[in-house]
Amino acid sequence: MKILVPVKRVIDANIRVRVKPDQTGVETANVKMAMNPFCEIAVEQALRLKEAGHAEEVIIVSAGPEKCQETIRTGLAMGADRGVHINTETTLEPLAIAKMIKAVAEKESADLVILGKQAIDDDNNQTGQMLAAIMQRPLGSYISKIEKNHDGFAITREIDAGLEKLQITSPAVVTTDLRLNEPRYASLPNIMKAKKKPIDIVTPEQLGVDISNRIEVLQVTEPPTRDAGVMVSSAAELVDKLKNEAKVI
Amino acid sequence: MNILVIAEHDNADLAPATLNTVTAAGQVGGDVHVLVAGQDCAGVADAAAKIAGVSKVWVCDCATYAHEITENTAALIQSIVNGKGDGKGYSHVMAPASTFGKALIPYVAALCDVQSISDISEVVDADTFVRPIYAGNALSKVKSSEAVKMLTVRTTAFELADDASADQSTDQNKWAEIESIDDAGATNWVQFIEQSLSPSERPELTSARVVVSGGRGMQSGENFPLLEKLADQLGGAVGASRAAVDAGFVPNDYQVGQTGKVVAPDLYLAVGISGAIQHLAGMKDSKVIVAINNDEEAPIFQVADYGWNEDLFVAVPALQAELEK
Ligand SMILES: Cc1cc2nc3c(=O)[nH]c(=O)nc-3n(C[C@H](O)[C@H](O)[C@H](O)COP(=O)(O)OP(=O)(O)OC[C@H]3O[C@@H](n4cnc5c(N)ncnc54)[C@H](O)[C@@H]3O)c2cc1C
Ligand SMILES: Nc1ncnc2c1ncn2[C@@H]1O[C@H](COP(=O)(O)O)[C@@H](O)[C@H]1O
Repeated sequence: MKILVPVKRVIDANIRVRVKPDQTGVETANVKMAMNPFCEIAVEQALRLKEAGHAEEVIIVSAGPEKCQETIRTGLAMGADRGVHINTETTLEPLAIAKMIKAVAEKESADLVILGKQAIDDDNNQTGQMLAAIMQRPLGSYISKIEKNHDGFAITREIDAGLEKLQITSPAVVTTDLRLNEPRYASLPNIMKAKKKPIDIVTPEQLGVDISNRIEVLQVTEPPTRDAGVMVSSAAELVDKLKNEAKVI
Repeated sequence: MNILVIAEHDNADLAPATLNTVTAAGQVGGDVHVLVAGQDCAGVADAAAKIAGVSKVWVCDCATYAHEITENTAALIQSIVNGKGDGKGYSHVMAPASTFGKALIPYVAALCDVQSISDISEVVDADTFVRPIYAGNALSKVKSSEAVKMLTVRTTAFELADDASADQSTDQNKWAEIESIDDAGATNWVQFIEQSLSPSERPELTSARVVVSGGRGMQSGENFPLLEKLADQLGGAVGASRAAVDAGFVPNDYQVGQTGKVVAPDLYLAVGISGAIQHLAGMKDSKVIVAINNDEEAPIFQVADYGWNEDLFVAVPALQAELEK
């Protein structure tokens, strides 16, 4: 089995983002970037499937500007075999990304594509679902468990009401939830080794995908802020305030 | 303009999130229709027909839709958007931004070659919507040029639509007509095995009037009954931070935040929760926030209307005693 893991380069989860004064987006200049946390979980799962003998190769793919290669290297340092960089400066929407991943997955004959459930920058939560739809492959979204078996994959999904178990056929597309695993840290020797692993570079045109945007961002603004309120020092005071001031109980 | 709202339900009851979604659909302007796809779901279709502002309910009652298999429901929606039913098609397809809608809408959108928009918190006009990005640290106003807009709706940002079933005096003639629609076939890729649902007699987290959430400060799952008792005294639901879920104190469906559930109750009590940005993303639109934390520097105090700097194992029992008075 060959596993493809699409990863996104995003602003590090620990950074407090700021809206640009001209309201065209958020400040990204000189801001620490990292692999989207859900993508780290996806890479980890691919490696575990490989280590369990279910896969021969783990390929990382990322679409975006040249710097995405750093993010691909992070995946290679964790243990993935090689990378594909889809090089473009254009802002990408999930449908276009899904179409490009499809082209790569078909070229590589990937049996399983593992994506993050959500990129923590745009919070879209779309790409994996779209990929499954256009590839006409079964979708396992928000998974917290995956096992390879005779008929494909046994998966457990995190849903609003609890957990759901499905059996899906192979080849398949799955997206990771937080509880699937805890990603490993790359060791220094593996970081060194990763520098020599190959990364193919392709363009959206070579993949035959039209990436023009269909959604126009008109304005990005700060949300209304909440002010800190008052401190209380006893249960009686708190209950009194909730009853008589806030009137919520 | 016709707007199709996809009902969320469990074949017995209509989820309240559907009512918030109908409100958002009403703000787009146009005829609002609801699709109920399920098995033995006639009661749900009846409930949908009584929602104020809904003019038609499509019901597809078929074993294929007994469980929420994204692929099957998506194929049905695609066939309706393409003109099955009354053949007029739809300008908008909307579902709640729950795990149900978040999985479904992008899938349908891609089948129809549409770029969908997730988690809208405001309808500006029929093409323009506002949605939170970066864990709610920014609001993005976006305009879609797609012929059919496919959207998921942040339910806490829209009121519940009136549900006439609660009001005996309403005129039955105003209820929407219910029409059946043929199924669109089933995929054989996906086999439903089972659902393990967290049993709860408490109100549902995303629509509860009061939410009591616990974090890592709770120390163990054994201590959560403290919060359950408090929630019961206040008629509320119990939630949690990611740290509490990851540590196994409570099940995954308790998680409030950027990547869990979004709640906006009248009263949110954060107990032993530090107030990370990813947690705030899921609760900062609550009307009143109370924080109990023994670290006076905890960031949660910066958004709390009432903060209490106290050990939770002292504060929560004291609060319980005070509420019993
Ligand atoms: C990709 C990603 C997604 C995430 N999604 C979410 C999400 O959806 N929801 C979410 O909640 N988090 C999410 N997080 C995690 C988030 O960043 C925080 O790690 C998490 O919210 C912390 O949980 P906590 O406040 O319970 O724990 P901590 O930060 O450890 O805080 C515990 C608090 O309890 C207090 N405390 C300890 N003992 C006591 C006591 N006896 N009495 C009173 N107070 C006490 C401490 O002072 C502290 O403030 C996400 C993170 C990432 C990277
Ligand atoms: N530019 C990208 N390149 C590669 N994969 C991506 C890209 N954007 C999103 N993805 C994948 O899609 C997942 C969900 O992203 P999103 O739909 O944007 O929330 C991510 O976790 C990645 O696995």
